[in-house]
Amino acid sequence: MTFKKSLLMATAALALTAGAAQAKTLVYCSEGSPEGFDPAPYTSGTTFDASSRAIYNRLVQFTPGTTQTEPGLAESWEVSEDGTEYTFHLREGVQFHSTDYFTPTRDFNADDVLFSFERQWQEDHPWHSYSTGITWEYFNSMSMGDLIESIEKVDDYTVKFTLTRPEAPFIANMGMDFASILSAEYAAQLEESGNLDALNQQPIGTGPFQFVAYQQDANIRYAANQDYWEDVPAIDDLIFAITVDPAVRAQRLQAGECQIMPYPNPADLEMLQSDENINVMEQEGLNVGYLAYNTQQEPFDQPEVRKALNMAIDKEAIIEAVFQGSGSIAKNPIPPSMWGYNDDIEDDPYDPEAARQMLEDAGVTDLSMSVWAMPVSRPYNPDARRMAELIQADFAEVGVDVEIVSMEWAEYLAQSTALDRDGAVLLGWTGDNGDPDNFLAVLLGCDAVGNANRAQWCNEDFEALIQEAKTINDQDERAALYEEAQVIFKEEAPWATIAHSVVFMPMLNSVEGYVMDPKGGHSFEDVDIAE
Amino acid sequence: MVRFLFHRLLLILPTFIGITIVAFAFVRVLPGDPVLLIAGERGVTPERYQDLMQQFGYDRPIWVQYFDYLAGIFQGDFGTSISTKRPVIQDFLTLFPATIELSLCAITFAVALGVPMGIIAAVKRGTWFDQTLMGTALVGYSMPIFWLGLLLIILFSGILGWTPVSGRISLMYYFPAVTGFMTIDSLLSGQEGAFTSALSHLILPTITLGTIPLAVVARQTRSAMLEVLGEDYVRTARAKGMPTRRVIGLHALRNALIPVITTIGLQIGVMMAGAILTETIFSWPGVGKWMIDAIGRRDYPVVQAGLLLIALVVMTVNLIVDVLYGLINPRIRHQ
Repeated sequence: MTFKKSLLMATAALALTAGAAQAKTLVYCSEGSPEGFDPAPYTSGTTFDASSRAIYNRLVQFTPGTTQTEPGLAESWEVSEDGTEYTFHLREGVQFHSTDYFTPTRDFNADDVLFSFERQWQEDHPWHSYSTGITWEYFNSMSMGDLIESIEKVDDYTVKFTLTRPEAPFIANMGMDFASILSAEYAAQLEESGNLDALNQQPIGTGPFQFVAYQQDANIRYAANQDYWEDVPAIDDLIFAITVDPAVRAQRLQAGECQIMPYPNPADLEMLQSDENINVMEQEGLNVGYLAYNTQQEPFDQPEVRKALNMAIDKEAIIEAVFQGSGSIAKNPIPPSMWGYNDDIEDDPYDPEAARQMLEDAGVTDLSMSVWAMPVSRPYNPDARRMAELIQADFAEVGVDVEIVSMEWAEYLAQSTALDRDGAVLLGWTGDNGDPDNFLAVLLGCDAVGNANRAQWCNEDFEALIQEAKTINDQDERAALYEEAQVIFKEEAPWATIAHSVVFMPMLNSVEGYVMDPKGGHSFEDVDIAE
Repeated sequence: MVRFLFHRLLLILPTFIGITIVAFAFVRVLPGDPVLLIAGERGVTPERYQDLMQQFGYDRPIWVQYFDYLAGIFQGDFGTSISTKRPVIQDFLTLFPATIELSLCAITFAVALGVPMGIIAAVKRGTWFDQTLMGTALVGYSMPIFWLGLLLIILFSGILGWTPVSGRISLMYYFPAVTGFMTIDSLLSGQEGAFTSALSHLILPTITLGTIPLAVVARQTRSAMLEVLGEDYVRTARAKGMPTRRVIGLHALRNALIPVITTIGLQIGVMMAGAILTETIFSWPGVGKWMIDAIGRRDYPVVQAGLLLIALVVMTVNLIVDVLYGLINPRIRHQ
């Protein structure tokens, strides 16, 4: 057979198969391979997209397109007066997936909730280390182990969590991927057959899609859950076609091999936007890129010095050069898509003259400092080296000499936490649960000094506000406290807030109903494909 | 011949031990460790860091870790991936057929085109054909694989729409892996059009991965042929009136092939390196892409076992080449 002939035949075969298939199939060109299908041991968004967001539900969920929480597998909940007891009333009649490897005999109930959390929490739980080297990184890093005092099954459809201290973000934590609800009955079946690893490879959940097959590093297949407790997805099949290279993803989208893709190359955006078959959605990401001074080091221990340096940075030029338009200027440490964002705050003006004067007034002359540039590209900072060079030039304008420092990523992360670290660090953060506490306490709280608080900044007034906000369950009241905290942050200037990235999601025009998630996840239960 | 084989096999053992040491040391010499990378921007408290290092067994003296790893290998236990929690050998066996399939196609492409091209270039030495061919070979040899792959995709899949962009088979087809070789599995599946779909997905990756070996094989064949064509016995053959075709095909080629076979054997090792890039571009689920991911995550067990397994394959291929070499040229096996 000639080359041309075989190509023709291949095309014909494809056309035939496509014609024969009546089922609606959505192909998503995903950016990488999932590490596993039990979300709790992992921390990467790629794994969550393929596991928790497609297959599982949580007690609490996020209203699509927002960071607001709403009832999920729990229909409602109450919080005790002192803020330490959370009682969840579970939804009845929710079925776990029926597949060729598991058929549930009962509906979802309190036992599943207990199983899902106790395995992460109790070291002597039979599922605590069910696979070699398994650890519960998110559960631990959210300090859930210290926070939970007990989990109690009140009856089949009521579960009570008792906490060691009031913690308002607990509700948002219950919406996070690690809090996905797995089937205790399925786990028992696996235990009986001695095949514990299957929990991570052949998942069973209550979510909108059920797992069909994973061909390693190639594709993942799901089918719509026809018994889903919310609206059954409009598409019948969902396929993740794993495509690591962003330029190749764009080519696949244009060729129609997939209908939707994440993380396009900034360089490909223009081409995609000008393609009349393609719709490019965009949204500000739930992230912030910043420059953290070491506020325990002279002369950066003076707020005036930090403020002056902030005024020397030409952020607009940075957005242009480093983000190539896919970013917006950050004035606050939390992104604008998050509740509690204080939009009344005015950013420090870019004013090198005034900055120079302020430095002189503070008695700072001939300052030499280092600026740390991350070696990796992140959504909140696609090119830290370039950003550092621009800052170097800006600071030179006001008479500050900058040396750029860089090192391997893991070393960078570790060494930048040191209390006696020299200079200012470029870094950023992507939110976990859409709660302002997840930025303000994690990155700027006193407890995090010497760790994730890379400004080594501990301010009493700020700390009092964010601690108080943890103890209140009313969201409006909490928002007011966070807004106040942002005012203090702006006055004290432990960071130069630089940018929030803009996230793009290109898809074919035939894809309908896709909602971008400010938290950065990708879910497809509301998607339909136009005929 | 048996003694020759025995000698060759004996040499494998120290090489093998050497590779275990290199593979073990390589990933640990890289700055950073898996625990810090898992923690990311959030950071990790010193206590939790110690806990995790202990859990993974990385707090033990380095030589204990090495002998533990070595002992595991001799019992067939290559360790468990830190990220996927699956046994490394299981992932390797799942992914390796894809790499073999692609490499076989690429080497076939390189030999099937490279050898005839080299012969013609040698016979027509100095003509425009020879010069164009060798010029093209030089370009092919110097071409960055990543760039070539993208270029081919943009031209043949994007602009012309002749070939699929990436993957191993159209997503329309779904059948369980039997052999792991998509071309064979697609035939076994009995699904109409699956085989041609698998073939069409092989075209661009094959060209991408095969171009450098093609250039090398063509150049090597040409120079080996030139050398042989100048030999006395070729002149004698011509003088006694043997047709040119037979002189080249029978007398010259057979002798010229010896260095060519060595080159092909060496190219298989080179190809494993090329596979890493080719697989990444074409979303080809093979061991190359898998290793890149593992190095990025400092997934020690995967990197050290993966390197070792790949090295074993390259060693086996070299052994086969040595044996073939001995079969073709009796002088070698008697040395």
